[in-house]
Formats: sequence, structure tokens, C-alpha cells
Amino acid sequence: MNAPVHHQTLITPAHPKALASGQFKVTARDVDVYYGEKQAIKKLSIDIPDRAVSAFIGPSGCGKSTFLRCINRMNDTIPTCKVTGLIDVDKRDIYDPNIDVVQLRAKVGMVFQKPNPFPKSIFENVAYGPRIHGLAAGKTELDEIVEKSLRKAGLWEEAKDRLAQPGTGLSGGQQQRLCIARAIAVNPEVILMDEPCSALDPIATAKIEELIDELRQNYCIVIVTHSMQQAARVSQLTAFFHLGTLVEYGDTNEMFTAPQEKRTQDYITGRFG
Amino acid sequence: MSEHIVKSYDEDLSQLRTMLAQMGGLVEQQLDDAIYALTRRDTALADRVIQNDERVDVLEREIEEKAILTIARRQPVARDLREIMVAIRVSSDLERIGDLAKNTAKRTHAMSDQLPRKLLVGVTRMGRLAQVEVKNILDAYSRSDADLAMEVWRADEDLDALYNSIFRELLTYMMEDPRNISLCTHLLFGAKNMERVGDHATNIAENIYYLVHGKPLSEGRPKKDVTSGMRGDIEGSDDR
Repeated sequence: MNAPVHHQTLITPAHPKALASGQFKVTARDVDVYYGEKQAIKKLSIDIPDRAVSAFIGPSGCGKSTFLRCINRMNDTIPTCKVTGLIDVDKRDIYDPNIDVVQLRAKVGMVFQKPNPFPKSIFENVAYGPRIHGLAAGKTELDEIVEKSLRKAGLWEEAKDRLAQPGTGLSGGQQQRLCIARAIAVNPEVILMDEPCSALDPIATAKIEELIDELRQNYCIVIVTHSMQQAARVSQLTAFFHLGTLVEYGDTNEMFTAPQEKRTQDYITGRFG
Repeated sequence: MSEHIVKSYDEDLSQLRTMLAQMGGLVEQQLDDAIYALTRRDTALADRVIQNDERVDVLEREIEEKAILTIARRQPVARDLREIMVAIRVSSDLERIGDLAKNTAKRTHAMSDQLPRKLLVGVTRMGRLAQVEVKNILDAYSRSDADLAMEVWRADEDLDALYNSIFRELLTYMMEDPRNISLCTHLLFGAKNMERVGDHATNIAENIYYLVHGKPLSEGRPKKDVTSGMRGDIEGSDDR
């Protein structure tokens, strides 16, 4: 198996703002993932920096979503799924039996392809997490968290007069921002996004992308996307997956102008899928 | 390179390449004719070159339009994107070479029949060298051959060196007999045109390098045109 290409240019000080903060938030070493007999990910190693957007691209079935879901142990819910190797978040092994998975998922939040607000009010959608995690001391504090989260998600102005109305009554793009507000409300450090715009129109997509760009000041964001243009627009780093392996990982600017691997080139230029 | 899943994308790119090949061929012919017209004082041919320049300009515009349309419709990335960017730049260098050919052709009218042959020899040699450069660089482009492009890039030094010696030679003639000044000035411009043609060929070479390797050529080309610092009273002194 070919080792993935990691662009050396990443390390130079001239380049990445991505690495300005210095440390890696998520580190994976030799990760294998199986669904029953089928191996979905083979010997994957990657370092994901903090305060930057990393985009995972690749054809369907390449393992990018599978790996994304390993980062907050969402795959635990699939009985046949087996994960081996090492995945660290903040240098702590997240597959350590002693780790509290609920805490982990608060720290590593997730936004899905289809907006999935709870069938409750807008307020409750955001307040639910902080309440069960005991993050708010009282009503006022909870109100503050809800407002702050909705503001960060760029939804406050649109939602402040209808907080008691059901979240499902919002438009698709608003619902997706509500889900982002819900993820932010529990003070995550990593936000995983699995094709967050694939069900949205271009305007709603632009709003989410603008939001992602703002959020990266404070979070480590990993986004899976089928849109090459979106990866090029929102991310500082791009990882190309193919057949369960990480083929190439590096500076987005370089990946979309001069990728080093032929498979990357063929995929992003639309020569195979 | 393998084909795109969307076949019409390949067609867009191959049309662009065809248009550039066409433009390259036309510019090569223009240059050839301009040099021939100047050295044989063939004013009819010179006029044809001047007229044909319009066709070069039209092709450049068409290539630019095609490139912009392809960017808008396909959002090209990686090699495809470089291919299109380089096509735009190459077409603009070719257009400039076309202009230089036209300008050289125009000077044919100023040549008199009494022009001593020896005066023409140097300029003709420069013309031939420039033509070879243009031909080779177009070959390198059509084959995406970065090594050949680099050969042309290095060979341009010869053209620069030749220009420096012609500059000095013409200066001598002008000082010998002021009646030569008008003719020699036209010849000097002709020589300078050929030197510029070489520079455009090296631009194209750098673009081919970028197209193939995905990064710009980092080493600088030694600039050998030293005439900007030359004075009339130092002719023959080679120790600069």
C-alpha cells in the first residue's frame, strides 16, 4: 500500500495560518475500520490542526465519512463496526475504555447532512445540550448560552422573535444553522460536519460556508463534502481519500492547483469517480 | 492524460489547444514572412504581413473568450486550470510576437536598394534564430515538453548576445557616416524586435514549465541585453 502524500510545504512558516496555532487537535495512527468482514479504512494516519478547516474529499465509499464518525465514536452505534489503531483528541486516546463517550461527543460535536432539529422549540433545541451537561447554573445563564450560540451560528436575528416556535418550522438552511448552534452550545472544541450543505440551496450554502469560516477562528473543523468547489472554498487543508486509504493530505491551495498524486488529480478534475 | 467523465469538457480543452496551435502556426508564418520581406525588401509581402496581423488579434480574442467560458462552465482545477491559464498567457505572448513581426515588416518600406548587404547579415541571423526559438517553443507547448521548453529558455542567451554585437556594429556604421543613421536605426529596431520575440518565447517556456510541474520556474534567466548601458565612445571594448 502506498503511503499517503503529506505535503511538506505545510510545515513552512510562510504557508499555513492553518498551523499557526502550532498544535494538532486530532491525531490518528494506523487506524483500521471494519464493518463486519469488510474493511472500510486501511492504516490511516493523519494530523488535524486546531483552528482550521480540514476538508475530506473522495468518491462515495472511500471511507471519509466513516473516519469522520470515528472521531466522536459515532460508529459505536453500529454493532458490526470495529475500530483499531489510535485516535487522539488533545492527546487523549478517545477509544480508551475509561473515556466518557457522552462528554466526548460534547467536546467533538457533529452536524449532519440533513438538518435534524429535535421536534421541539428553537430555544429547546439549543438549550437541551447545555442543560443535560449541566453547563448553565440557572435560567438567565441558559438564556445567555442560547443567545450566544444562535448568534455564533448567524441565526439570532432571524430566530429571536420566534424562539418558542418549533425548530422544524424553519427553512432548510436555518435548520442547519440551528443544528450548528446546538452543537456550539455545549462548548465543543472540534466540529465534525458530514456534507452539511448537500441538502441546501446556493444561498443557504453560502451562509453556512460564511459561518464555517467564522467558526474556524475558535474551533477545529472537519468537513466531509462531495463538492470540490466547497472544499476549495472553505478549507485550509484538504485530505483526499480513495478506497479506504488517505491518498494525499495537504494545503488546500496546493491540492487544487498542483496535487502531487495522480489519483488526486484525476478525481478533482473529474476524470474518475 | 485520461479523459474526463464529461466528454464535452475534453472537447472544450481540445478546442482551446487547436486554436492555440492555429495561432502559433499563423504567428510563425508572419515572422517568417516579415524577416523575408525585410531582407529581400519585398514591400508587397510586407504589406500582407501587416494586414494579416488582424487575424492574429482575432484569434487571441477568441482564445480568451473560449478560456473564460470554460472557466465559468467547468470550474477547472489542478492541471486543467493550469492548462487554461497557460493558454491565455501563451496566446498573449503570441499576439505580441505577431505585433513585432508586423512592426518589422513595416520597416521594409524604409529600406533602400542601396543598403549594403553586410548591414543586413546580422539582423537576418537574428531573425533566423528567433524563428527557430518560436518554432521550438511551439513544439514544446503542443507536446507539453518542459525539457524542450527549458532548452529554448537557455538558448535565448545566444539571441541576446547577437543583439549586443549588432548594436555595437550598427553604432559603428552610424558614427562612420551620419547618412547611415536613418537606415541603421530601422535595422536596430528590427534587431530589437527579434530580441523581444526571443523574450516572449522564454515567457512561453516558463509557462510550459509551470503547466507541467505545477510551480513557477524559480531560477532567474541571466539578462544579457547590456545595450542599455552602452555609450557611443566605447565601441569595441569587450571588457564590460
